[in-house]
Amino acid sequence: MSDKLHEVLIEVNGKARSGAVPARLSLVDWLREELRLTGTHVGCEHGICGACSVMLDGEPVRSCLMYTVQANGHRVTTVEGLAKPDGSMSILQDAFCETHGLQCGYCTSGMLIAAQGLLNTNRHPSEEQIRDTIGGNLCRCTGYQQIVEAVQLAAERMKAT
Amino acid sequence: MLYHTASLQDSELKAASFEYARAASLAEACALLATHGDSAKLIAGGQSLVPMMAMRLVRPAFLVDINEIAGLKFVKIEKDAARIGACTRQCVVERDDALTARVPLLRQALAWVGHVQTRNRGTVGGSLAHADPSAELPLAALVLGAKMVLRSSKGARALDAEKFFAGPMMTAMRPDECLEEIHWPVWSWKHTGSAFTEIAIRHGDFAMVAAAAQVALDSAGRCTRAAFGLGGVGGAPLAFPRIAERLVGSKLDDQAIEEAAADAAKETDPGSDLHATKEYRRHLARVLAGRVLREAREKALAATR
Repeated sequence: MSDKLHEVLIEVNGKARSGAVPARLSLVDWLREELRLTGTHVGCEHGICGACSVMLDGEPVRSCLMYTVQANGHRVTTVEGLAKPDGSMSILQDAFCETHGLQCGYCTSGMLIAAQGLLNTNRHPSEEQIRDTIGGNLCRCTGYQQIVEAVQLAAERMKAT
Repeated sequence: MLYHTASLQDSELKAASFEYARAASLAEACALLATHGDSAKLIAGGQSLVPMMAMRLVRPAFLVDINEIAGLKFVKIEKDAARIGACTRQCVVERDDALTARVPLLRQALAWVGHVQTRNRGTVGGSLAHADPSAELPLAALVLGAKMVLRSSKGARALDAEKFFAGPMMTAMRPDECLEEIHWPVWSWKHTGSAFTEIAIRHGDFAMVAAAAQVALDSAGRCTRAAFGLGGVGGAPLAFPRIAERLVGSKLDDQAIEEAAADAAKETDPGSDLHATKEYRRHLARVLAGRVLREAREKALAATR
């Protein structure tokens, strides 16, 4: 089966990236296989696990549930785009390390994107809001408690800055 | 031609091959549907369609993308109805305080729809057109008597929600039609209240049973209008206008509500599956219908609009 290729121009982590993609190529596959941004993980590939979460125009979405061609002309932020310009970890990423908010790390990129999406619009999230936000991200290791603590710690530190 | 990265071969792509067009306007989308007929499928937020395509349960030959049509994204509040463009994201509706003040059931229903990431992408019209029998927005549309405006290259027509939902994942939309906007009735009574609840294995999962209600009371606390319905108990959401009519004139006391909920549950014919038997679903139907009617009554009593 031959697929027609579609030209795309997508801003990824602040840089314009172009490519030619078959329409059925999911955004997560393009990010990982073509751009080699392998921080975004592929879990269930049908929108349940949240591992593939990225920001599309600043809002968390599942990158397995959209085709690359649909992101043409839009802005994507992956977990690689969360670090500070010098490559050091963001406040939220540091907080995950300190509270043991990850074990195997598979869900972590999705958790970070979901939590950062919350903190971008809500500097004082309640525990309930944090739990609701990460409700769409499955973690099989931590039991979630340390992830909630990480987001609370990050919110605390952002208040101080 | 194989996709040109070394690591990802054609056979590893999840969905079956399809042609793709990003429609710039509703007229263009309708023209594409008219040309390609049954083999074309509209994609809005894709939160239900893309998984089905990934599992190859659906293999459209032609995908018409309506995400970039600005004219399908709006919320307009008018005197008797709130008009919502079909491609308005669920998150936009959820955050709209002015809309919530007029049609509170929408935010209440959306709280149960998927997760933040899926509501950021999923659309109001997409959920209605997908017509999952346990989905929240179709139930809200049916209970409120929303009107769907459908557009094709031949013209437009409006369908009431009760005529729109035809069965599991089936609507009365023709293959050449695109849902353009939805009119959600605004109840003008000062004391109006609504409620939505459901039981699912995990929050955000498909509901085993969902229930929605809206009631209006006069200043003496007597019911002037009531509507309620259930999802997940049949091939399409169910509303119970005949039973709700009996509540009008009452004070919506607990006993009247219990009777209405029990009668509604009796009218359902739910299926059994791994997660819930028919009997359990019917039990939930009674309990949840009673719960939303009571909660709607409390909200109506407290309303000061």
